[in-house]
Amino acid sequence: MPQQLARLLVVFAVLTGGLVVTRHLLIPKTFGQRGHYRAAAVTTIQELPVRYAGREACADCHADIVGLHGKGRHQTVSCEVCHGPAAAHTLAPVENQLPAPRKRAYCPLCHGYDPSRPTGFPQIDPVSHNPMKPCITCHNPHQPEPPHVPEECGACHGEIARTKAVSRHALLPCTQCHKTPVQHKVTPRLLHPDKPRNREFCGQCHAKDAGSPREIPRIDLATHGGRYLCWQCHYPHMPEVD
Amino acid sequence: MEKPISDNAGSQEAICESRRDFLYTCSLAAPLLLLALQAKLVCAFAASEPAYNPREHRYGMGIDVSRCIGCGRCVDACKNENDVPREPFYFRTWVERYVINSAGDTSVDSPNGGISGFPATSSERGILRTFFVPKLCNQCDDPPCVQVCPVGATFATEDGVVLVDRDYCICCRYCVQACPYGARFIDPRTRTADKCTFCYHRVTRGLLPACVEVCPTGARVFGDIKQRSSPLARFTRFHKIHTLKPHMNTKPKVYYADLDEEVR
Amino acid sequence: MEPLGEVLKQVQGYIYPNEVELQWGLLIVVYPYVTGLVAGAFILASLVRVFNVKELQPTYRLALLTALGYLIVAPLPLLAHLGHPERALEIFLTPNVHSAMAMFGFVYAWYLMVVLLLEIWFDYRKDLVLWSAQEKGVRRWVHWILTLGATDLSNKALRFDQSAGRFITIIGIPSAFLLHGYVGFIFGSVKANPWWSSVLMPIVFLFSAIVSGIALVLLLYVVSTLLRSKAVDMLCLDKLASFLFYALVVDFSLEMLDFIHRLYEAEESIGILSQLVSSRLFLSLVILQALLGTILPLIMLGVISPALRSRGSLKTPDELRRLLYVAAAALVQVGIFSTRWNVVIGGQLFSKSLRGLTVYKMQLLGIEGLIVAGFLLLLPLLLLLVLIVLLPPWPEAEAHLPEAA
Repeated sequence: MPQQLARLLVVFAVLTGGLVVTRHLLIPKTFGQRGHYRAAAVTTIQELPVRYAGREACADCHADIVGLHGKGRHQTVSCEVCHGPAAAHTLAPVENQLPAPRKRAYCPLCHGYDPSRPTGFPQIDPVSHNPMKPCITCHNPHQPEPPHVPEECGACHGEIARTKAVSRHALLPCTQCHKTPVQHKVTPRLLHPDKPRNREFCGQCHAKDAGSPREIPRIDLATHGGRYLCWQCHYPHMPEVD
Repeated sequence: MEKPISDNAGSQEAICESRRDFLYTCSLAAPLLLLALQAKLVCAFAASEPAYNPREHRYGMGIDVSRCIGCGRCVDACKNENDVPREPFYFRTWVERYVINSAGDTSVDSPNGGISGFPATSSERGILRTFFVPKLCNQCDDPPCVQVCPVGATFATEDGVVLVDRDYCICCRYCVQACPYGARFIDPRTRTADKCTFCYHRVTRGLLPACVEVCPTGARVFGDIKQRSSPLARFTRFHKIHTLKPHMNTKPKVYYADLDEEVR
Repeated sequence: MEPLGEVLKQVQGYIYPNEVELQWGLLIVVYPYVTGLVAGAFILASLVRVFNVKELQPTYRLALLTALGYLIVAPLPLLAHLGHPERALEIFLTPNVHSAMAMFGFVYAWYLMVVLLLEIWFDYRKDLVLWSAQEKGVRRWVHWILTLGATDLSNKALRFDQSAGRFITIIGIPSAFLLHGYVGFIFGSVKANPWWSSVLMPIVFLFSAIVSGIALVLLLYVVSTLLRSKAVDMLCLDKLASFLFYALVVDFSLEMLDFIHRLYEAEESIGILSQLVSSRLFLSLVILQALLGTILPLIMLGVISPALRSRGSLKTPDELRRLLYVAAAALVQVGIFSTRWNVVIGGQLFSKSLRGLTVYKMQLLGIEGLIVAGFLLLLPLLLLLVLIVLLPPWPEAEAHLPEAA
């Protein structure tokens, strides 16, 4: 073997040996047990402190409130949404009292009007709705049913109401087209308002021979729009064509 | 070069004797060995109460976009539960608002992740569609972040959750680059990668992740994919499911119902 | 957090909340620039060894030492950038075989240990033995240690040096391709980023590396020759310039191919990427990388070097031509640095939501600052100085065997 090769092999052998020893000494003990990671890390993460107790924990001591709350409109809202993380409170209730939001600024986080919120979600205008009064004056957070049934449909269908309010149909009440049982405002999901079913309904105002005021636009009900129902093209809450 | 023959004869005996000695020493060690083995067995039995077995679970989350009201309680709860820095740059979960107008333009915003809700949109006029979309780590079944981590500091557990080993991460930031969803960030205090863990420390104890716990409208649904009866099973039965960026083939485990095509 | 607060105000459109902080900054721009120079300088040296381009012989050893100096510095920006540099050894202890970054550590180690150091050692061994015999003091001991005790200077041993060196260079060429192509792959394999994710990325990286390496050796050769008050070998310089021209042509073609391909396919990301190039990257991409860094040097070299016509299309006196070569090489360096900037920083200036652009706030001080980056770019030259003192690459320093009796 040429002298150069012999010397080089010695050097490489030393380096390789050093690498093997280093690996053995420095690789963490639990590495590779369950996969290409330190198994001890999973245990570390599992043992992190829990801060939210979960709504089931509240019933142990606050059964009455939980019972009331479970039947009302806020039944899907966990206790800790408003009262904050409660794990510490379950361990030492007196030392770790939980706050309860009492200011007006809190409830509009969910109930302040925002057109991006799904229709049917109860929303108010925080500025004009009973200004200055804390929300809890009229609404018990654990049973937040409003003190009296809302008169306007816009209380829950704000975006539709506001869209309609600046359209050609602004002066039409919602009930003109949607026959609404009063019970809908009390148990909205159990009883729905109805919707018009045929072209003749819109024709009551818009047909050539309708008895409606003259400024309402007229079309020939037999031919206009062919096979389609009126609302398949015209959005009834903003029926503007141009 | 050759060894004298006489040396061999002497060493043969010596080998015999040393073999005997060796076997004798071994027999002394035998009871000690047995004792040690027994101790190990006892320990194993003691720990055999129902410990959490990750192989029996596989976690996923369902998100119903039509139920999200953009209140941001989930973002706040996550930061509380997981000690996430409160600066407006670091989020394990956040909420986006999409507003699509009649001209077809889409605008998206997420003020401080949505943690304090959203400021009012300018006006309803001209809005075609608008909605909120909660986002978080998708806990992919084929995670690109795990693929690129050079040291094995981020990994997928057997129950389908992608975690980060804070004591091993070298903070090379490759995983943050590799995530198509922007779900990862670097925690400036520990200088390691961080992200949503599905509140692993909660779900392994039978609790719900903090964001699911506090969602007031039930827009977030958590469940075990391996369980036939779970809220997630119902969710995936009754909704057409979308995932984010399916063309990336990361196989996300966060399932969106009613997801709009404009959502990235 | 103040810089991030400032960045938030300058965001255009929508970015994911976690994207406001750019993950890879100036240090990660410096890194591919430095490894590119290594690969380029080595490939230039291999032109002499393997392809017998005799004119380039004066630059052979200089190119090897340059490659070594830059290769030693290459891991430093990476170490400085890590949040936990003290854990850096983990890449070698528990490498994730699916991670391009982890595997690159081994490519780097292979290239350093098996290719570059061995090639230099085989080329210099004869000189090391002779120098350590003729010198005194520290230099004598340093050279003696470097011989590793292989002091055989018989004809057979010297022939073995030659053939071993040639063999290593032959392995070295694909290794150099792998070294910098791999860096390209580290970016090109990130499917989450449409600016980076491309099959062409490793190839583009490699050819821009070759361009920058040739240009660097050209600059170093001229500077070091003039500093030693020697005459610049114009045949060598003309050859260097020709190779630089050819490499620039390939590099430019590849970049144009990428550009045309993106525009033609017009995938979803084309909207935000066009915005990126026309607003955030206009100066660094259109002006610095394309015009000043590629097109202008192409024209200059095409006209005055013998690349296209054997005496150049425009005949120039030697000193003027030399000056123009140096200018072109300097422009190329600026262009290639901008290329790295455009890839690394550019890829993070747009959101993965494809809806917004952010800004990069480069700092002056601090570990990711301009001063540290400048120092890291200067360090290889300082190292090269040390290497030149230890292992002089000049023809006049070469040791010669005493005449046979």
